Order: sequence, then C-alpha cells, then structure tokens
Amino acid sequence: MSTALQNLVNQPYKHGFVTDIESDVAAKGLSTDTIRMISAKKQEPEWLLEFRLKAYEHWLTMEEPRWPNVHYPKIDFQAISYYSAPKPKKLASMDEVDPELLRTFEKLGVPMNERAKLAGVAVDVIFDSVSVATTYKQKLADVGVIFCSISEAVREHPELVRQYMGSVVPAGDNYYAALNSAVFTDGSFCFIPKGVKCPMELSTYFRINTEESGQFERTLIIAEDGASVSYLEGCTAPKFDTNQLHAAVVELVALNDADIKYSTVQNWYAGDENGKGGIYNFVTKRGLCKGVNSRISWTQVETGSAITWKYPSCVLRGENSTGEFYSVALTNHHQQADTGTKMIHIGKGTRSRIISKGISAGVSNNSYRGLVRIAPTAAGARNFSQCDSLLIGDQCGAHTFPYIQVGNPTAKVEHEASTSKIGEDQLFYFAQRGIGAEEAVSLIINGFCKEVFQQLPMEFAVEATQLLGLKLEGSVG
Amino acid sequence: MIVNDSKTLLAVRGLRANVNGIEILKGMELTVKAGEVHAIMGPNGSGKSTFAKVLAGHPAYEVTGGSVEFGGADLMTLAPEARARAGLFLGFQYPIEIPGVANSQFLRLAYNTVLTQRGQEELDPLEFDDFVREKMKLLEMNPDFLSRSVTEGFSGGEKKRNEILQMALLDPRLAILDETDSGLDIDALRVVAGGVNQLSRPDNAVVLVTHYQRLLNYIVPDYVHVMDAGRIVKTGGKELALELETRGYEWESHPVATSPAPASA
Repeated sequence: MSTALQNLVNQPYKHGFVTDIESDVAAKGLSTDTIRMISAKKQEPEWLLEFRLKAYEHWLTMEEPRWPNVHYPKIDFQAISYYSAPKPKKLASMDEVDPELLRTFEKLGVPMNERAKLAGVAVDVIFDSVSVATTYKQKLADVGVIFCSISEAVREHPELVRQYMGSVVPAGDNYYAALNSAVFTDGSFCFIPKGVKCPMELSTYFRINTEESGQFERTLIIAEDGASVSYLEGCTAPKFDTNQLHAAVVELVALNDADIKYSTVQNWYAGDENGKGGIYNFVTKRGLCKGVNSRISWTQVETGSAITWKYPSCVLRGENSTGEFYSVALTNHHQQADTGTKMIHIGKGTRSRIISKGISAGVSNNSYRGLVRIAPTAAGARNFSQCDSLLIGDQCGAHTFPYIQVGNPTAKVEHEASTSKIGEDQLFYFAQRGIGAEEAVSLIINGFCKEVFQQLPMEFAVEATQLLGLKLEGSVG
Repeated sequence: MIVNDSKTLLAVRGLRANVNGIEILKGMELTVKAGEVHAIMGPNGSGKSTFAKVLAGHPAYEVTGGSVEFGGADLMTLAPEARARAGLFLGFQYPIEIPGVANSQFLRLAYNTVLTQRGQEELDPLEFDDFVREKMKLLEMNPDFLSRSVTEGFSGGEKKRNEILQMALLDPRLAILDETDSGLDIDALRVVAGGVNQLSRPDNAVVLVTHYQRLLNYIVPDYVHVMDAGRIVKTGGKELALELETRGYEWESHPVATSPAPASA
C-alpha cells in the first residue's frame, strides 16, 4: 500500500478520553446475586426479576456462537462489572447534571442544550448504565409520545414494557441476547400511540466510560396503528487497552400502517493500530412488522468496534409490510466486522430491500452476512439485495455470505454484488487532475456510500460523512 | 506550429525509468517548445505510454536517471498533483472508472484546483454548470455526461471525449495525449482532434503518443519521433509518419543512425 493511503487510514480516535466522575460500580462477576443486585438497585417489579433470572438460567446452558467470521480470545464473563452508574444520579433537570458529564457530551459533540433545541432533537443519554438526562419529554408528552429510559418505563408504564419486552427478541434468542436479558441495566423506551407522527427525531447517545464495564442496554420502540417515528442512536467509547463488551438488544414493534426508522452511527473505540483494546459489539437488533402495511427501516453506519457482530433484522409478519436495511460498515487496522441483516418474509406481499456497503482498509476483515427467508405463506414476496465492497489497499479482506431460502414459488428475490478497490491507479487519476489523495478518497467513499447516507436524517448524514472522513483522512505524506 | 525564439516548456535529458525492476526508459531525450505539436510513435512495448506516465508521476515507475525540466522547474521532485497544477496534463489511454462520483462533481473539483492555483475564486456548482456546458459543445457531448459517474459505463469514444473535455477545462501548458485515438471511430476521432486543434495556442504545446498515423491526418504535428526500446531513435517532420505508415516500424528498427537522434531542433 502506498504511503499516502497508509496515512489516510491511520487517523487516531478522537473520542478516547475518560470522564473522571465518581461512579457506583458493582464488583466484577456474574451470578444470580449480581442479577438480584441490579434488579434491587433499580427497584424493579418481581416479574422483571424473574425475566432476568430465567434468561440467566438459559444463558448458562448456551454456548458462544463460533460461526461468525471473527476471531478473538475467549471472554471471561466473571471479569466484567455488570453495573456502573455515575453518582449522584437523581436528576430533575439539566442543571443537576454533573458539569463534567456535560463537558463530556460537549467533547462528543452531542447536541444537547441549545443545539438540541435548535435542531429539534430530543436526546436521551445513556452514560454507562443509567439514563441521566432526557430533554423534550414534555413536548413529546403533549402528543402522547413516551420517550424515557427503560428503567423509568418499567416504573411508569409497566404494562407496556411487560407486553412487548422479549416479544421480538425472546430472552433465549441467542447467547448475547440471553446475557443482555439477564443483566441489562438501562436503555431507551419509546412508545408512539395510535395515529401519531412523532413531531421530532428522537435521539440517544450511548457511551461506555468505565474500564471493564460491559454495557448492556435494552431499547424498545413501539409504534401503534398509523404511528411513525424516526430514531437515531449514536455510540462512542473512551480508549482502554482492555476490550469492553457491549451486548445490546433492540426491539421494534410496528403495528398496522406504522412506520419506524432506526438509524445508528456507531463510533465505538476500535482498538489501536495493533489491534489492542476496543469494543466487542455483539448486538441483537430486530424489528417486527406485526401489522399490515407496516414498515421498519434500519440504517447503520458502523465505523468503530474491534469486533462487530450485528444483524439488524425484520420479521415481516403483517401483509404488505416492508423491511429495509441500509448499511455502511467501515473497518480499518485490525477491526473485524461480521454484519448484515435478516429479512424474514411471513406475510403475503411483503417486501424487503437490502443495501450493504462494506469498506475495508488496513489489515481488517469485513463480512456481509445476510439471510432472506421467504416462508411458504409469503405469496408474492419480493426482495432486492445489493452488497458492495470497497477495498483500500491490498492487505484487507471483504467477504459476502448471502443466505437465500425461498419457500414460495411466487416470490421474487434478487441479489447483486460488486467489489471495487481504491488503488494506485484511481488515486493517480485524481492526482493527475490536481486532486490530492485525501480529497480523492473522501469523494470516492462518499460516492460509494451515497445510497445509504441519503437514508440518514440530515444532521446525521453530515456527521456520518465527517466520521468516515475522520476515520480515513489524515496528513498526506 | 514552430515559433522561433519560443520558450522551452519541456526538456527531457537522458531519462531512465524502471517498473518492477525492469528498465523501460533507457535514456529518453525530448525538447518541447511553446506552440509545438509533437507526435511520439513506435511499436508496442517501445515505452511510449511509460514515458507519458513517468512525466505525470505515476507511482508504479521508478526514475533511475536523467532529468526533466518543465517550465524551468525540476519536474521529478514534484508530486503528481503538483505536476498537474503546474500545467501538465495527461490524457489517459484507459481513463479510470470511479463509481458513485458524478462526473460534474469530479470536473468541478479538478477545475477549482486550477482556479485556486491561479489565485482565482472557485466556481460554485451552478456557475460551473454553465461554464462546462459551453465547453461540452466543443466536443459535441451530451449534457447527460455530467450526471453520470466518472467514465463508468462510458463507451471508448465517450471516455476519450471526457478526457479532452478535461483538457479544455484545465487549459494545461503541456498536454500529453496517450493513445487518444485508440478505440475511436472516425467521427469520434474527428471530434476529438477538432477539440485538440481548437485548444492549441502559441503558449501551450501538445505531445501525442500514438501507434497509428491516422490521428496525424487530423492533428498535424510539427515533429514526429520514433521510439524504440526505451528511447527516441529517429526524429523528423510530419512526413516521417507517412513513411512509417507505408514501410512499417520494421524499417525503423534497422536505423541508419546508430545513436539516438537529438530531440527536436
């Protein structure tokens, strides 16, 4: 690889600072006692403790998945602290938020105060495990939208949480989902009642602060008949030499004619250039198109994490429901990503669309893994998948693992794939027209990702473009 | 045209270059003055395209000896983009495809780097659109070209027109056109050649690298050089091209002169 390219892809991580805030951290280790402790700390009802304990029992019988195309040493689940909360933590308004914490958000560029209001973004910030601030709650409440931390939802709206939690991702769904169900500490809850179009973009910023703390957040979004919502999630983490585990569960439920758009810009710490440290991001995200004509759309821009293992999926049960997956996954240095989606067509006339763009640089490995399943009941179902890979340099890998299972002869499934490379010749062509390598790479990448970026809400599209630029740009030697 | 006392734009002296450890250029000599049109001809593998790429600074080639002065500066010390900004243009034999990047975006970025270099204000997309459409008329190009990705899915002729369009936009002091005629039908050849002729002025120069004499019916060179085994073995006027056409390069591989002929007078 030429030096120009090497410099371009070796940009240091910007969000790698640790916030010095007194935290209430649980001792390391996982047992029923740990789970009881978490549940007690959060003053949870009995049914939720049982949900956790059942998940834990199930988890004990399960094995870590070994099929992804990623490699890492065995995780010692007893060496992780399962609860970490900044203290003090009783916050009635933004004024009570630790100024240190606010500075952290400023450093992260979280649009929380004036910027949030100007941008019309309501931000629910998860800092380690406790949700510390929610803005715009009142404005949302006026139209009946509930947007709060999952802990609060358990207290204030237990019937909703009980009805839907685990209905899309069952507690025993997979190894990490089971672990999350046992020990999840916080997350976001969002409920859009019948016929309501959520008046603003909802946004959550996740951040892992404590070394060796796992982050197990849980998000639940419900859109009732005819409701619609656009939800944004952004993630960062400080730099540590050790690896941190992030095993989240996200569940979306769309009833008749409901529309949920879920966007993620993920910039966890990816480890250093030698592959030391970084986040293990083992996440289960799934949406259920339960009602007729419902639609769930996932958009993700994945740039961080040492390892990404993530398949935001759609179960298309309602007739004529639509599932969409738009993804940009960028890996550099020693990062590994095995990501993609599952589109499960059950209802008649269901449609799905998959646009996946993988960018690999350094010595990283980037895999797309996707399942399109057409059940025998899904007459007239349609799927279109497009998986494009872009290689930067000649040491990285791009892999595509499409699984297609068609059980109904009237279904139509299309799959397209391409692989291209930013090589010397392309950069030379730009250079010969007076355009430097940095600008050239940025132009090529933005062109490559255009179809996905167009799906992001405006502010996030700008952020995503800058983020990819940051990850790949640098001083050109 | 040959202009007396005009300034030397390019002076290549004893240039040697390797690719993957194999020496391709073995002592190239060439002098190009403002206002001149040169043609470099020669059989396949004689090093014509390598010469063009080495001048533009392609990273795959290693320069092992000799010197190149361009407008009085030492060209070999400049990065490829600096050479371009200094007014050296290479028309590619195989223009590169850049999926997802709109041609208009690419052309504007390239044009604005030239404007910046000259200390002028950059053009915004609307201003540029008007400007580029004018230039496209010169090459009888369909405005659709602007919204398509850079050379992706272009036919051979469209790719070459796009190269000449870039030449028209960037207004270089020296344009090296590498096999611009290859893959062109007769109509496209006429249009492309017409474009080059219109862009020729007393203060710039063109070096045509070509395998066939055909292009030279449309762009009349002041000098024709024959290249073989990494250096120029014969130099003459436009009639030399016709001679080559009738007698073939074989005739030239047993040259009368045993030492490389001096470049242009």
